[in-house]
Order: sequence, then C-alpha cells, then structure tokens
Amino acid sequence: MATHDTAAPPAKEGGAAPGRPPAGPTGAERRRARLSRRWQRDMRWSPYAFVSPFFLLFLAFGLFPLIYTGWASLHQVEMTAPTDMHWVGLRNYTRIFDDDFFWNAAKNTLTIGIISTVPQLLMAMGLAHILNYKLRASTFYRVAMLAPYATSIAAASLVFVLLFGRDYGMINWALDFVGIGPIDWQSDKWPSQIAVSTIVIWRWTGYNALIYLAAMQAIPQDLYESAALDGASRWKQFIHVTLPSLRPTILFTVVVSTIGATQVFGEPLLFDANKGASGGSEHQFQTLGLYLYEQGWVNQHLGRASAIAWTMFLILIVVGIVNYVISRRLRASS
Amino acid sequence: MTTTTSMTPPSSPPDTTVKKPGRMRRPKSARAGGQMHAGPIAYVILALFTIGSLFPLVWTAIAASRDNNRLAQTPPPFWFGGNLLDNLDIAWNDANLGEAFFNTTIVAGTSAATVVFLSTIAGFAFAKLKFRGRGAMMLIVIGTMMVPPQLSVIPLYMMVAKLEWTDQLQAVILPSLVSAFGVFFMRQYLIQALPDEIIEAARVDGASSWRVVWHVVFPAARPAMAVLGMLMFVQTWNDFLWPFLVLSQTGNPTVQVAVAGLGRGYTPDQSLIMAGALLGTLPLLLVFAIFGKQIVGGIMQGAVKG
Repeated sequence: MATHDTAAPPAKEGGAAPGRPPAGPTGAERRRARLSRRWQRDMRWSPYAFVSPFFLLFLAFGLFPLIYTGWASLHQVEMTAPTDMHWVGLRNYTRIFDDDFFWNAAKNTLTIGIISTVPQLLMAMGLAHILNYKLRASTFYRVAMLAPYATSIAAASLVFVLLFGRDYGMINWALDFVGIGPIDWQSDKWPSQIAVSTIVIWRWTGYNALIYLAAMQAIPQDLYESAALDGASRWKQFIHVTLPSLRPTILFTVVVSTIGATQVFGEPLLFDANKGASGGSEHQFQTLGLYLYEQGWVNQHLGRASAIAWTMFLILIVVGIVNYVISRRLRASS
Repeated sequence: MTTTTSMTPPSSPPDTTVKKPGRMRRPKSARAGGQMHAGPIAYVILALFTIGSLFPLVWTAIAASRDNNRLAQTPPPFWFGGNLLDNLDIAWNDANLGEAFFNTTIVAGTSAATVVFLSTIAGFAFAKLKFRGRGAMMLIVIGTMMVPPQLSVIPLYMMVAKLEWTDQLQAVILPSLVSAFGVFFMRQYLIQALPDEIIEAARVDGASSWRVVWHVVFPAARPAMAVLGMLMFVQTWNDFLWPFLVLSQTGNPTVQVAVAGLGRGYTPDQSLIMAGALLGTLPLLLVFAIFGKQIVGGIMQGAVKG
C-alpha cells in the first residue's frame, strides 16, 4: 500500500467518475482529504522513522550496556555465572581503589597517553604544515602516511615487538651505532612505555596530519597576505595566523586522542605475548584497559571490571567538562 | 496504481539534477594557507616520514620471507629471503586465515553497508527535515561519539553469553551496526550537498518522504556514502577488543583474532607470525592503494566540518 500515498492529489479527476451518481465529487474530495491527511502524517512522522533505527540500535548496544555497567559495578558478578548478581554497594570500588595495580594502571595510562599523544600531535602539525605547501606527488605522501592507519593494531603490534627486540631488534641495532647500549624495551618501565606509545604514534600521526591539513586549507588566504604585508616571517605567520585558526581543530584532536589514550588495550596486550593481560612481568605497561580485561576475563570478576569501566567513564566525563570549559574560555578570549 | 508513474514528469527527473560527483573535493580556489612551493628541507622531512610510515610494513614482508633463525641474528635482514610463499602457506593454514578472511569480510561488509544506509537516512533527517526534538537528538548523537565502546563490553558480553552467541558472528556484527560518527558525517555532507529546492521540487510533485530519500537523497549522497563505507569497512576489519572477547582462534575468528592468536601461540616462529600479520594487512593496503585518494579526501572532508 505504500505506493498509494505517492499520488498527487489533483492528478486523477476524470478517471473514477464515469457512470457514477452525483456522489462522485464528494468521493474525490474525500480521497483528496485522505491523501492530504496521509501527506501530513508522512511529513510529521517520517523524520522519526528515519532516525529511529539508529536510536534503537544505539539504545540496545550503546546506552543500555553503558548504564547496565554502572548497575553491575554495584554487584558481585562472576564470569562463571553472569546472571547471578549480589548487591555489594560500593565495595567493588573500594576494592579497586585499594589495589595498587589499579593506581599503577591509571598512572601508566596517563604516562603512555602523554608519551603517545603529545609527540603525535606535534609531528602531525608539522607534517600538515609541510603538506600544505605546493608539492609534487602530494597525493602519494598523503596516502603513504595513511598506510599505518590501514594497519590493524594486531599486525602493527606484532611487527613492533620484533623491531623493539632486545637482542636482535632493528632499533637496538641502529642505536648501537650511536653508542647506546642494548635497551630492554620489554622489561624496563620507561623503554617499554615508549615502545608501546611508538605503536600508537605510528598508527595515528598521518591521520591527524590530514585533519590538520584540512583545517589549514580552510584558512582564508588574505589573512596570510595581510600578515605578510605587515612584514611577518613565515614562522610568525604560522604562530599568529595558522595556530589561532586551528584552535577548534586542535581541541578536537586532543579530545579524540585523549579518549583513545584512555582505552589503549591491544598494543600493550600483544607487546608481551607471554604475559598477556598483566602488561609486562612487573605490570610496567599495564593500562586501565588491560587491567579491566585482567579483572574481568582472567580473574573472572565481572562486577569489579564494571567498576573499572565506570571509573574510566567518569574520568572521560571530567575530561569532557574540562574541554568544554577551555573551549568556552578560548571563544570568550578571541 | 497508474498514478505512481505519473508522478515525475520526464522533463525534469529530480535524481539527475543533483548528481554532482565533484562535490566531495574542495574547489582549488578555496585552498589557501601555503601556496608557496616547498623547499628541499620540506622534501627531506616528507621523505623521512614516508619511510617511517612504510618501513614497518615493508619489513613485515622482509621478515615473513626469512626464517626464524635468520631473525635471531644481528644485523637484522634488510632484504627479502626465499621463504615468503612457504611461510604464507603455513601461516594461512595454522592461523585458520581462510575462514578468518571469510568471516571478516561478512562482518565488515554487513556492518559497513548497514551503517551507511542507516546513517544516510538519519543524517538526511537531521540535515533537511524539521521535527520536534531534532536539536536534542543531535546532541545525543554527538555525545555518543565521545563515549568509547570499550566501556560497554561487560553487559554486552553477558548478553552474548546468555544467548550462547560466543564464537558466532552475529555477536560481532550487531554491536558494530551503530555509528554516531556515520550519522554526523552524513548530516554534515548533506547539509551542503543537497539543495533545499530539489527536495521542495520533489515534494511539489507529490513525492513521499521515502521517495525523496530514494530518488533525491541517495543519488546526492553517493560520494559520501562511498567514503563512509570504506572508513567503516576499515574500522570493522581492524576492530580488535570486542571480537577478541567473543570469538576464539578456533571458532569463527576474525582476521585480527587469528593474527593475534599467532603471536600468542606456543610456537614463537617469528617469520610465521610476520607472514600472518602480512596476510591480515594486505587486503586493506590494496584497498588503500586503489582508493587512497578518495579515502584521504573523505577523512579531510569529515575533518573540516568536525
């Protein structure tokens, strides 16, 4: 019946009439009224029909699980019997906050987040600046820098494990030339965190460079021309024209990278294949994501793992609020 | 029923007027900022970054073409050996990669197609239709983009366990059908790519909303739909955490689960691991080699508006 309502109201006047008693015109009118009612219904409800599949799926696989995580975090739930829940109040949270490994994981997440995000975004900015020049074969560079983005976490991590190998890895071999002794990239705390961060940096620098490049190309040319007329050097132009124009984009990438950094999981998991969820023999590169996995899937405490997830969620909300405040300040000041 | 065909006068079918495939690319005149020619230093830096980006990939292939003994020597190999095909063959069979490729293609294909379709109609509604609650709903979409899916895995896992869906593909497919980014992306595109007059014209012709979507929105959105589809395919193909939790290496693995399983296996033959990693990456690298320009354009397109 869906095809009916597509008929234009005035399209059929003569068609239905022949041989009909005087009731004809009212019949046509009734049909017209019916069509226009259908039309109104269509105009009114179809927007909801168009957005509802997304929202239904989002409710089922996004919002509900997120809220239910909070509910489960107040219960004792074991992997062996996931439907068997016992109310324990905030005990999961106090347990976590008493666990040194939680704070260790939180610290590692923070330091790995900083080591991976800051150089990544700085390099991406420089790279975007260069890509914004007139270049030969510019598409080639852009695609090449996006190749790591096409590489999965699993494949990338496995390659970097080899490159960072203590005895036979290429990186130690190269460092040997500059007189730096063999570094144990797996067991030592800072080297291992740098190595894990390197995987993140490698995968995402090119992507962020493209985002900065897009924003740079949207800056009006006359801003640069008037700056040049005032005698500003290229460097000054970059500081006083490019960077201020990129503020919203920079904020956007910082937020996205922060969210990414809080959930680093696959890289540290695969960086030491034998230790797996513990993130190195001393937990030296265990992130919150790994800690959540260890509590939930290795130790089988789903309730406690939920408390970790909910804590991470609260951290993200704080990050979001800070970001909102900063962006409002920036807007107010400019 | 004949009325339906009389709807659109043949002189001006709405769908042909909106096809502007060039829309995805920004006009050259809008480019600004650095139109200066790059100096030699810029090229040197670019070359270094290009090498840095590509070297680990090339070296994956080099390591995959050697054997385990050679990888346990210094200096590490810099050129290809003769073991590539053997290693690929063993890795393919050991890691169950044939099945994994089949599974991942189904998962990524279903997910990408569904996300593109749902995002286009929802994005159209947000971009061009007026309805109560539109602003609030759009805020929810944007807020959703900020919440990482990792935080929802525990209840999802409980659901999957209860339904006994572990090791089954629908456990991976269903949660991947939601993409707030997709809705946002399509909305941003349709706001500027789909003139209101064309929708009006179709309306005057008596087209229902659904016909407008089919004959006006889809043709206009085609370039963005292609880009979104590719981005979603790549993302789902590379998804690690959730498939890793609900699928196992022996039962219906995706490529990532199978490749990760190689690294965690009891036979640490590094050249085989590299062969598996290479196989798992190759399809997407091919896609990037062919459609790289469009993907780059799509990411930049989404970025400006975001």
